[in-house]
Amino acid sequence: MAELDTSGGGNKKGKKVRSKKQSTRVDLTAMVDLAFLLITFFMLTTTLAKPQAMDMFMPDKDDKNPDEVLDVKASRTMTVLLGEDNKIVWYMGVIGDNAPTVDNFGKKGIRESLVQNNKNVVATTGNPEKGLMVIIKPTDQSNYKNFVDILDEIKIAGVPSYGINNKVENAEIGLMKAQGAYK
Amino acid sequence: MPKVKIKRKSTVTDMTAMCDVAFLLLTFFILTATARQPEALAVDTPSSTVTFKLPDTDISTLTVGQGKVFFGVVGQDIRINTLERMGEQYNLTFTDEEKKRFSVIDNFGVPMASLKQFIAMDNADRMKLVQPGIPADSGANNQLKQWILQSRYATKEMHNVDLRFSIKGDSKEEYPTIRRVIDVLQDQKINKFSLITSLEAAD
Repeated sequence: MAELDTSGGGNKKGKKVRSKKQSTRVDLTAMVDLAFLLITFFMLTTTLAKPQAMDMFMPDKDDKNPDEVLDVKASRTMTVLLGEDNKIVWYMGVIGDNAPTVDNFGKKGIRESLVQNNKNVVATTGNPEKGLMVIIKPTDQSNYKNFVDILDEIKIAGVPSYGINNKVENAEIGLMKAQGAYK
Repeated sequence: MPKVKIKRKSTVTDMTAMCDVAFLLLTFFILTATARQPEALAVDTPSSTVTFKLPDTDISTLTVGQGKVFFGVVGQDIRINTLERMGEQYNLTFTDEEKKRFSVIDNFGVPMASLKQFIAMDNADRMKLVQPGIPADSGANNQLKQWILQSRYATKEMHNVDLRFSIKGDSKEEYPTIRRVIDVLQDQKINKFSLITSLEAAD
Protein backbone atom coordinates (compact mmCIF):
# COMPACT_ATOMS: atom_id res chain seq x y z
CA MET A 1 0.00 0.00 0.00
CA ALA A 2 2.56 2.43 1.12
CA GLU A 3 4.96 1.42 -1.54
CA LEU A 4 4.90 3.11 -4.85
CA ASP A 5 5.09 1.33 -8.09
CA THR A 6 8.68 1.72 -9.03
CA SER A 7 8.77 -0.69 -11.92
CA GLY A 8 8.98 2.20 -14.28
CA GLY A 9 9.01 0.49 -17.64
CA GLY A 10 6.39 -1.83 -19.00
CA ASN A 11 4.11 0.82 -20.23
CA LYS A 12 5.12 1.26 -23.78
CA LYS A 13 1.95 2.67 -25.10
CA GLY A 14 2.63 6.23 -23.99
CA LYS A 15 5.07 8.23 -25.94
CA LYS A 16 5.96 10.55 -23.12
CA VAL A 17 9.46 10.29 -21.78
CA ARG A 18 9.14 9.49 -18.16
CA SER A 19 11.90 10.10 -15.73
CA LYS A 20 12.68 6.97 -13.84
CA LYS A 21 11.10 7.04 -10.42
CA GLN A 22 13.50 6.75 -7.54
CA SER A 23 12.80 4.30 -4.77
CA THR A 24 11.28 5.91 -1.69
CA ARG A 25 13.04 3.51 0.65
CA VAL A 26 15.71 5.12 2.72
CA ASP A 27 18.34 3.25 4.63
CA LEU A 28 17.48 3.96 8.25
CA THR A 29 20.37 2.08 9.84
CA ALA A 30 22.48 5.10 10.60
CA MET A 31 19.52 7.02 11.95
CA VAL A 32 18.54 4.20 14.28
CA ASP A 33 22.12 3.88 15.46
CA LEU A 34 22.24 7.52 16.35
CA ALA A 35 18.88 7.42 18.07
CA PHE A 36 19.88 4.52 20.28
CA LEU A 37 23.17 6.14 21.12
CA LEU A 38 21.34 9.23 22.33
CA ILE A 39 18.82 7.12 24.24
CA THR A 40 21.62 5.35 26.06
CA PHE A 41 23.24 8.66 26.89
CA PHE A 42 20.10 10.22 28.30
CA MET A 43 19.13 7.10 30.22
CA LEU A 44 22.48 6.86 31.93
CA THR A 45 22.82 10.52 32.74
CA THR A 46 19.35 10.84 34.26
CA THR A 47 19.86 7.93 36.66
CA LEU A 48 23.47 8.66 37.51
CA ALA A 49 22.91 12.31 38.22
CA LYS A 50 20.98 11.50 41.37
CA PRO A 51 23.30 11.81 44.34
CA GLN A 52 23.82 9.01 46.80
CA ALA A 53 22.93 9.64 50.38
CA MET A 54 24.25 8.12 53.53
CA ASP A 55 21.80 8.19 56.40
CA MET A 56 23.23 9.25 59.68
CA PHE A 57 21.78 9.21 63.15
CA MET A 58 23.03 11.34 65.98
CA PRO A 59 22.22 10.64 69.61
CA ASP A 60 19.60 12.84 71.22
CA LYS A 61 21.03 15.95 72.73
CA ASP A 62 19.91 15.73 76.29
CA ASP A 63 20.45 18.73 78.53
CA LYS A 64 19.93 16.61 81.64
CA ASN A 65 22.69 14.24 80.64
CA PRO A 66 25.40 16.47 79.22
CA ASP A 67 28.16 13.92 79.57
CA GLU A 68 26.32 11.47 77.32
CA VAL A 69 27.01 8.51 79.53
CA LEU A 70 26.68 5.31 77.60
CA ASP A 71 25.07 2.28 79.08
CA VAL A 72 27.53 -0.07 77.45
CA LYS A 73 30.26 -2.17 79.01
CA ALA A 74 33.64 -0.54 78.50
CA SER A 75 35.09 -3.77 77.17
CA ARG A 76 32.74 -3.59 74.20
CA THR A 77 33.65 -0.09 73.15
CA MET A 78 36.26 0.95 70.69
CA THR A 79 37.08 4.64 70.55
CA VAL A 80 38.23 5.88 67.17
CA LEU A 81 39.99 9.23 67.06
CA LEU A 82 40.34 10.91 63.69
CA GLY A 83 43.51 12.91 63.50
CA GLU A 84 45.35 15.05 61.01
CA ASP A 85 46.66 13.79 57.68
CA ASN A 86 44.12 10.94 57.44
CA LYS A 87 45.50 9.20 60.51
CA ILE A 88 43.38 7.20 62.91
CA VAL A 89 44.19 6.32 66.49
CA TRP A 90 41.99 3.81 68.25
CA TYR A 91 41.87 2.06 71.57
CA MET A 92 39.61 -0.47 73.22
CA GLY A 93 37.72 0.21 76.44
CA VAL A 94 38.70 3.03 78.78
CA ILE A 95 41.61 5.26 77.90
CA GLY A 96 44.86 3.94 79.32
CA ASP A 97 43.62 0.37 79.67
CA ASN A 98 44.82 -0.77 76.31
CA ALA A 99 47.62 0.52 74.17
CA PRO A 100 46.43 2.72 71.31
CA THR A 101 46.94 1.66 67.72
CA VAL A 102 47.57 3.91 64.73
CA ASP A 103 45.79 2.96 61.54
CA ASN A 104 45.09 4.40 58.17
CA PHE A 105 42.01 4.34 56.00
CA GLY A 106 41.77 1.47 53.61
CA LYS A 107 41.27 -2.19 53.22
CA LYS A 108 44.28 -3.29 55.27
CA GLY A 109 43.99 -0.57 57.85
CA ILE A 110 41.00 0.31 59.95
CA ARG A 111 38.67 -2.14 58.23
CA GLU A 112 40.65 -5.17 59.40
CA SER A 113 40.86 -3.75 62.90
CA LEU A 114 37.11 -3.19 63.01
CA VAL A 115 36.32 -6.69 61.78
CA GLN A 116 38.82 -8.26 64.18
CA ASN A 117 37.64 -6.30 67.21
CA ASN A 118 34.04 -7.08 66.41
CA LYS A 119 34.86 -10.79 66.27
CA ASN A 120 36.69 -10.63 69.59
CA VAL A 121 33.80 -8.85 71.30
CA VAL A 122 31.21 -11.25 69.91
CA ALA A 123 33.36 -14.17 71.09
CA THR A 124 33.48 -12.68 74.60
CA THR A 125 29.80 -11.82 74.92
CA GLY A 126 28.63 -14.89 73.04
CA ASN A 127 25.80 -12.90 71.53
CA PRO A 128 26.12 -11.68 67.93
CA GLU A 129 23.78 -8.80 68.68
CA LYS A 130 26.06 -7.56 71.43
CA GLY A 131 28.94 -6.75 69.16
CA LEU A 132 31.37 -3.90 69.05
CA MET A 133 30.29 -0.37 69.92
CA VAL A 134 32.40 2.14 68.05
CA ILE A 135 32.68 5.69 69.35
CA ILE A 136 33.84 8.08 66.68
CA LYS A 137 35.59 11.20 67.85
CA PRO A 138 36.57 13.49 65.01
CA THR A 139 39.10 16.09 66.12
CA ASP A 140 39.39 19.60 64.77
CA GLN A 141 42.20 18.53 62.48
CA SER A 142 40.26 15.84 60.69
CA ASN A 143 38.29 16.63 57.58
CA TYR A 144 34.85 15.71 56.32
CA LYS A 145 36.16 12.98 54.07
CA ASN A 146 37.64 11.14 57.07
CA PHE A 147 34.29 11.33 58.78
CA VAL A 148 32.39 9.88 55.83
CA ASP A 149 35.07 7.24 55.29
CA ILE A 150 34.93 5.96 58.85
CA LEU A 151 31.12 5.70 58.71
CA ASP A 152 31.48 3.81 55.47
CA GLU A 153 34.11 1.46 56.91
CA ILE A 154 31.86 0.72 59.87
CA LYS A 155 29.07 -0.19 57.51
CA ILE A 156 31.35 -2.40 55.42
CA ALA A 157 32.81 -4.13 58.49
CA GLY A 158 29.30 -4.89 59.74
CA VAL A 159 29.74 -3.33 63.17
CA PRO A 160 26.29 -3.32 64.79
CA SER A 161 26.40 0.01 66.61
CA TYR A 162 28.30 3.24 66.56
CA GLY A 163 28.07 6.68 68.06
CA ILE A 164 29.52 10.06 67.30
CA ASN A 165 31.01 12.07 70.10
CA ASN A 166 32.30 15.55 69.50
CA LYS A 167 33.95 15.93 72.88
CA VAL A 168 37.59 15.00 72.51
CA GLU A 169 39.27 14.91 75.89
CA ASN A 170 42.69 16.33 76.63
CA ALA A 171 44.05 12.89 77.51
CA GLU A 172 43.03 11.71 74.06
CA ILE A 173 44.70 14.66 72.40
CA GLY A 174 47.86 13.78 74.32
CA LEU A 175 47.54 10.21 73.16
CA MET A 176 47.29 11.32 69.57
CA LYS A 177 50.20 13.73 69.86
CA ALA A 178 52.35 10.89 71.15
CA GLN A 179 51.44 8.89 68.07
CA GLY A 180 52.08 11.78 65.72
CA ALA A 181 48.48 12.07 64.61
CA TYR A 182 47.78 15.55 66.01
CA LYS A 183 49.68 18.76 65.79
CA MET B 1 20.56 -34.97 -9.58
CA PRO B 2 20.07 -31.28 -9.39
CA LYS B 3 21.21 -29.58 -6.26
CA VAL B 4 18.50 -28.16 -4.08
CA LYS B 5 19.24 -24.53 -3.77
CA ILE B 6 18.14 -22.74 -0.66
CA LYS B 7 16.78 -19.46 -1.56
CA ARG B 8 18.67 -16.70 0.18
CA LYS B 9 16.58 -14.24 2.06
CA SER B 10 17.30 -10.58 1.84
CA THR B 11 19.18 -9.14 4.79
CA VAL B 12 17.52 -5.77 4.45
CA THR B 13 14.96 -5.25 7.15
CA ASP B 14 12.40 -2.57 7.49
CA MET B 15 13.66 -0.24 10.16
CA THR B 16 10.81 2.21 10.13
CA ALA B 17 9.12 0.82 13.22
CA MET B 18 12.39 0.53 15.10
CA CYS B 19 13.27 4.08 14.23
CA ASP B 20 9.87 5.26 15.44
CA VAL B 21 10.28 3.55 18.80
CA ALA B 22 13.82 4.79 19.21
CA PHE B 23 12.86 8.38 18.65
CA LEU B 24 9.82 8.10 20.87
CA LEU B 25 12.04 6.90 23.72
CA LEU B 26 14.61 9.55 22.92
CA THR B 27 12.01 12.28 23.14
CA PHE B 28 10.79 10.88 26.44
CA PHE B 29 14.24 10.84 28.00
CA ILE B 30 15.14 14.28 26.76
CA LEU B 31 11.97 15.74 28.19
CA THR B 32 12.25 13.99 31.55
CA ALA B 33 15.94 14.79 31.97
CA THR B 34 16.35 17.79 34.22
CA ALA B 35 19.00 20.18 33.14
CA ARG B 36 21.70 20.39 35.74
CA GLN B 37 21.73 23.70 37.48
CA PRO B 38 25.08 25.31 38.04
CA GLU B 39 25.93 25.20 41.71
CA ALA B 40 26.53 28.31 43.69
CA LEU B 41 29.25 26.60 45.68
CA ALA B 42 31.11 23.83 43.93
CA VAL B 43 31.95 21.00 46.27
CA ASP B 44 33.74 17.73 45.75
CA THR B 45 31.76 15.18 47.74
CA PRO B 46 33.58 12.25 49.31
CA SER B 47 32.80 8.81 48.00
CA SER B 48 31.17 5.94 49.82
CA THR B 49 29.71 2.53 49.07
CA VAL B 50 26.11 3.34 49.96
CA THR B 51 23.68 3.18 47.08
CA PHE B 52 20.67 4.84 48.63
CA LYS B 53 19.28 7.58 46.41
CA LEU B 54 18.03 10.85 47.74
CA PRO B 55 14.31 11.56 47.44
CA ASP B 56 13.25 14.25 44.96
CA THR B 57 10.81 16.15 47.10
CA ASP B 58 10.67 17.67 50.56
CA ILE B 59 14.38 17.77 50.99
CA SER B 60 16.72 20.53 51.95
CA THR B 61 20.40 20.55 51.12
CA LEU B 62 23.00 22.28 53.22
CA THR B 63 26.12 22.73 51.16
CA VAL B 64 29.28 23.12 53.19
CA GLY B 65 32.59 24.15 51.73
CA GLN B 66 35.38 26.68 52.25
CA GLY B 67 34.04 27.35 55.71
CA LYS B 68 30.73 28.59 54.29
CA VAL B 69 27.26 27.18 54.49
CA PHE B 70 24.72 27.44 51.67
CA PHE B 71 21.06 26.65 52.02
CA GLY B 72 18.68 25.19 49.49
CA VAL B 73 15.27 23.58 49.59
CA VAL B 74 13.36 21.75 46.86
CA GLY B 75 9.98 22.97 45.65
CA GLN B 76 8.91 26.43 44.52
CA ASP B 77 5.89 26.62 46.81
CA ILE B 78 8.03 25.78 49.82
CA ARG B 79 10.66 28.34 48.83
CA ILE B 80 8.05 31.07 48.62
CA ASN B 81 6.48 30.11 51.92
CA THR B 82 9.90 29.96 53.59
CA LEU B 83 10.80 33.39 52.25
CA GLU B 84 7.56 34.87 53.60
CA ARG B 85 8.25 33.38 57.00
CA MET B 86 11.83 34.63 56.97
CA GLY B 87 10.54 38.06 56.04
CA GLU B 88 8.34 38.06 59.14
CA GLN B 89 11.29 37.09 61.31
CA TYR B 90 13.57 39.82 60.02
CA ASN B 91 10.93 42.50 59.36
CA LEU B 92 11.32 42.45 55.61
CA THR B 93 8.54 42.41 53.07
CA PHE B 94 8.99 40.82 49.70
CA THR B 95 6.98 41.70 46.63
CA ASP B 96 5.33 39.00 44.50
CA GLU B 97 7.98 39.60 41.87
CA GLU B 98 10.76 39.00 44.37
CA LYS B 99 9.08 35.86 45.65
CA LYS B 100 8.78 34.55 42.13
CA ARG B 101 12.42 35.22 41.43
CA PHE B 102 13.46 33.64 44.70
CA SER B 103 11.47 30.48 43.97
CA VAL B 104 13.80 29.52 41.13
CA ILE B 105 17.02 29.89 43.10
CA ASP B 106 18.28 26.42 43.95
CA ASN B 107 20.64 27.33 46.70
CA PHE B 108 22.23 30.48 47.99
CA GLY B 109 24.57 31.72 50.63
CA VAL B 110 23.87 35.35 51.44
CA PRO B 111 22.88 36.91 54.76
CA MET B 112 19.38 38.34 55.13
CA ALA B 113 20.67 41.90 54.86
CA SER B 114 21.74 41.45 51.26
CA LEU B 115 19.07 38.96 50.24
CA LYS B 116 16.89 41.55 48.47
CA GLN B 117 19.81 42.74 46.42
CA PHE B 118 20.71 39.15 45.63
CA ILE B 119 17.19 38.38 44.41
CA ALA B 120 17.23 41.43 42.15
CA MET B 121 20.36 40.26 40.33
CA ASP B 122 20.07 38.40 37.07
CA ASN B 123 21.42 34.91 36.70
CA ALA B 124 24.75 35.78 35.13
CA ASP B 125 25.61 38.30 37.84
CA ARG B 126 24.56 35.85 40.50
CA MET B 127 27.00 33.27 39.20
CA LYS B 128 29.84 35.77 39.25
CA LEU B 129 29.12 36.90 42.78
CA VAL B 130 31.18 35.23 45.47
CA GLN B 131 28.56 34.55 48.09
CA PRO B 132 29.72 34.86 51.69
CA GLY B 133 27.59 32.01 53.06
CA ILE B 134 24.77 32.12 55.56
CA PRO B 135 25.81 33.23 59.03
CA ALA B 136 25.72 30.18 61.26
CA ASP B 137 27.53 31.35 64.38
CA SER B 138 26.00 30.50 67.67
CA GLY B 139 24.22 33.44 69.17
CA ALA B 140 21.48 35.79 68.10
CA ASN B 141 22.50 36.11 64.47
CA ASN B 142 22.20 32.44 63.61
CA GLN B 143 20.36 32.84 60.33
CA LEU B 144 20.99 29.28 59.26
CA LYS B 145 18.97 28.12 62.24
CA GLN B 146 16.10 30.37 61.18
CA TRP B 147 16.21 29.19 57.58
CA ILE B 148 16.11 25.58 58.71
CA LEU B 149 13.32 26.21 61.19
CA GLN B 150 11.16 28.26 58.80
CA SER B 151 11.58 25.80 55.94
CA ARG B 152 10.47 23.01 58.24
CA TYR B 153 7.36 24.99 59.18
CA ALA B 154 6.73 25.74 55.51
CA THR B 155 7.00 22.09 54.46
CA LYS B 156 4.73 20.99 57.26
CA GLU B 157 2.16 23.61 56.28
CA MET B 158 2.27 23.09 52.53
CA HIS B 159 2.78 19.33 52.22
CA ASN B 160 2.13 18.06 55.75
CA VAL B 161 5.33 16.02 55.81
CA ASP B 162 8.58 16.42 57.68
CA LEU B 163 11.38 18.05 55.77
CA ARG B 164 14.49 15.92 55.40
CA PHE B 165 17.92 17.42 55.61
CA SER B 166 21.01 16.43 53.76
CA ILE B 167 24.52 17.73 54.14
CA LYS B 168 26.66 18.09 51.08
CA GLY B 169 30.16 18.68 52.29
CA ASP B 170 33.44 19.11 50.56
CA SER B 171 35.99 16.33 51.11
CA LYS B 172 38.63 18.77 52.28
CA GLU B 173 36.34 20.64 54.62
CA GLU B 174 37.63 20.86 58.17
CA TYR B 175 35.50 18.98 60.63
CA PRO B 176 34.63 21.95 62.90
CA THR B 177 32.52 23.54 60.14
CA ILE B 178 30.57 20.32 59.69
CA ARG B 179 30.17 20.04 63.43
CA ARG B 180 28.67 23.53 63.58
CA VAL B 181 26.07 22.57 60.97
CA ILE B 182 25.28 19.30 62.75
CA ASP B 183 24.94 21.22 66.00
CA VAL B 184 22.45 23.62 64.44
CA LEU B 185 20.38 20.67 63.26
CA GLN B 186 20.66 18.89 66.59
CA ASP B 187 19.56 21.97 68.49
CA GLN B 188 16.23 21.57 66.70
CA LYS B 189 16.11 17.89 67.56
CA ILE B 190 16.88 16.79 64.03
CA ASN B 191 18.95 13.71 64.72
CA LYS B 192 18.49 11.97 61.43
CA PHE B 193 19.92 13.38 58.26
CA SER B 194 21.74 12.27 55.17
CA LEU B 195 25.25 12.87 53.96
CA ILE B 196 25.50 13.23 50.23
CA THR B 197 28.29 11.16 48.77
CA SER B 198 29.36 10.04 45.35
CA LEU B 199 29.46 6.39 44.45
CA GLU B 200 32.51 4.24 44.99
CA ALA B 201 32.89 0.56 44.25
CA ALA B 202 33.36 -1.58 47.34
CA ASP B 203 36.83 -3.07 47.20
